[in-house]
Amino acid sequence: MSEGQIDEALRSELQRQGVWVTSMQELYNWGRKNSIWPLQFGLACCAIEMIATAASRYDIARFGGEIFRPSPRQADLMIVAGTVTKKMAPQIVRLYNQMPDPKYVISMGACAISGGPFKQGYNVLKGIDRYIPVDVYIPGCPPRPEALLHAFMELQRKIDSQKLTGAGKAEHLDAKQPSEFPVPAFGEHDLQPPANPDVYHPPVLERQS
Amino acid sequence: MTATIQTLEPAERPPTTMSSRLDGELLEVSMGPQHPSTHGVFRMNVALEGEIVRKLKPVFGYLHRNHEKIGENATYLSSMPYTDRLDYFCSMTNNWAYALSVEKLAGIEVPERAEYLRVILAELTRLQNHASLLGFLLSDMGAWGTPLMYAFRERENILDLFESLSGSRMMCDYMRFGGCRVDADDAWLGRAKKIVDLFPKFLDEFEELILQNEIVIARTQNVGKLSPELAINAGITGPMLRACGVNYDVRKVDGYGIYPRFKFRIPLGDHGDTYDRLMMRALEMHESVEILKQALAQIQPGPVVNPKVKLRAFRPPVGEAYGRIEGPKGELGFYLISDGGPNPYRYRVRPPSFINLTVLEDLCLGHTVADVMVILGSVDIVMGEVDR
Repeated sequence: MSEGQIDEALRSELQRQGVWVTSMQELYNWGRKNSIWPLQFGLACCAIEMIATAASRYDIARFGGEIFRPSPRQADLMIVAGTVTKKMAPQIVRLYNQMPDPKYVISMGACAISGGPFKQGYNVLKGIDRYIPVDVYIPGCPPRPEALLHAFMELQRKIDSQKLTGAGKAEHLDAKQPSEFPVPAFGEHDLQPPANPDVYHPPVLERQS
Repeated sequence: MTATIQTLEPAERPPTTMSSRLDGELLEVSMGPQHPSTHGVFRMNVALEGEIVRKLKPVFGYLHRNHEKIGENATYLSSMPYTDRLDYFCSMTNNWAYALSVEKLAGIEVPERAEYLRVILAELTRLQNHASLLGFLLSDMGAWGTPLMYAFRERENILDLFESLSGSRMMCDYMRFGGCRVDADDAWLGRAKKIVDLFPKFLDEFEELILQNEIVIARTQNVGKLSPELAINAGITGPMLRACGVNYDVRKVDGYGIYPRFKFRIPLGDHGDTYDRLMMRALEMHESVEILKQALAQIQPGPVVNPKVKLRAFRPPVGEAYGRIEGPKGELGFYLISDGGPNPYRYRVRPPSFINLTVLEDLCLGHTVADVMVILGSVDIVMGEVDR
């Protein structure tokens, strides 16, 4: 049995006798995953689908995520919803830095993942994961509200599996892990640096001879 | 024929030319690009005297996505999906404006059923755009959430129609040069009829709830007045121009498509203030419902695409064309120059929301910061179209 886990047989036995047992980690994660406050911040088309997710039919409140906060100081989750232009990228990194730990990022839509249909544009950042760490990617142009809800559930699953202690503990509890990232500056032709090497790890494609 | 807006007693407002007791410097505030009410990533540098706006400078470009450059490097057909993403509320009308320009450029005829489908989809787009605009505007005024929920409930019904026809909720990519991509079956038309018949019920409910509301009247009447002279000089179009009492609607002026066949009225405002702009949207929705009822009753079976048009390797003759339609936000036009090649030599968009935004400073001067958000909401901007 791994650290911080309760024996299921013992738990159900105790439950039968009217005692509910939980661990600090389970309680803490249960509370965190069911009250994620997203940052109210839309960039482009995907923001409309984000609003639709929060609105009447899809109702993100069922997952505890309806409290969109206009201030990054009160937000847990940043949904990067739309095309990130090079003019906007420094502000997004700044907003991310202003959010308190623990913080999560959902990269919503093709543009936020890689530039999407506007990738060829001279003014479009080819993916927000060049500057900030992303937890969940949702493909689509724009993704449907159901896809955003799915990403939300994936994030809840991730939060639920985070450990409070031990070797593999959550990043925000590790003092050595950075919680702020350098803000890119406007260079002569491009943002400087073009990507943050501490964050951006593109897959290396090996040529097969 | 015109319908004038029922005018209510102008609410008492505090004097806007408040003499400041602190004759200090103006306080410069940067609103945006991350702001809950700037409709995207719009930024304004506002100089304030107390709470009164003395200067306002918009800062654009936070969503500049090189639409025109991409349009010049893509073939005529492959620009069509990009037009969806200009004004991402109204992809159908954007498609239509672009298709209309190319049809003018190449001299393409459109079958009658396709024209009817275009009118039906454009008016449905107008309904959902205006409904969500009213929801957003009321959110900006502080009615946080509830009116938007009502508006999005109706919007979802219309998006369902778009989805079952084109396969996508928002980015429909439905129109083609010389017609439409797929035909609508009778079941779809029946569903559309049902939604259109139920829409006035929502409108009545919404108007009863909101448009006679005391707070809405106090926040909007005499706020952000636009004179007809300035509106004409600045090139304002759409509901914003008609709110000043100028009778100009491209559907009537140009009579593009088959609009001359329908009987509908153009609502006109009297004062050009935010309340008139708000009412204009509500009245236009009534007229759109009338057009939809006529179009759904008149539509006949037939082909939906002109078989002579070859979409692959499409090369229009050398020349230039400007096609314009009355989009929900104003006159949306595409200007194309062809040099005979597969790409346009020049691809220019006339975005209504960008041009309507140029008078923002004139509307906001002398009002409070809280009013700026309401005025901006009533201009009805979408940043994808403003910055392109």
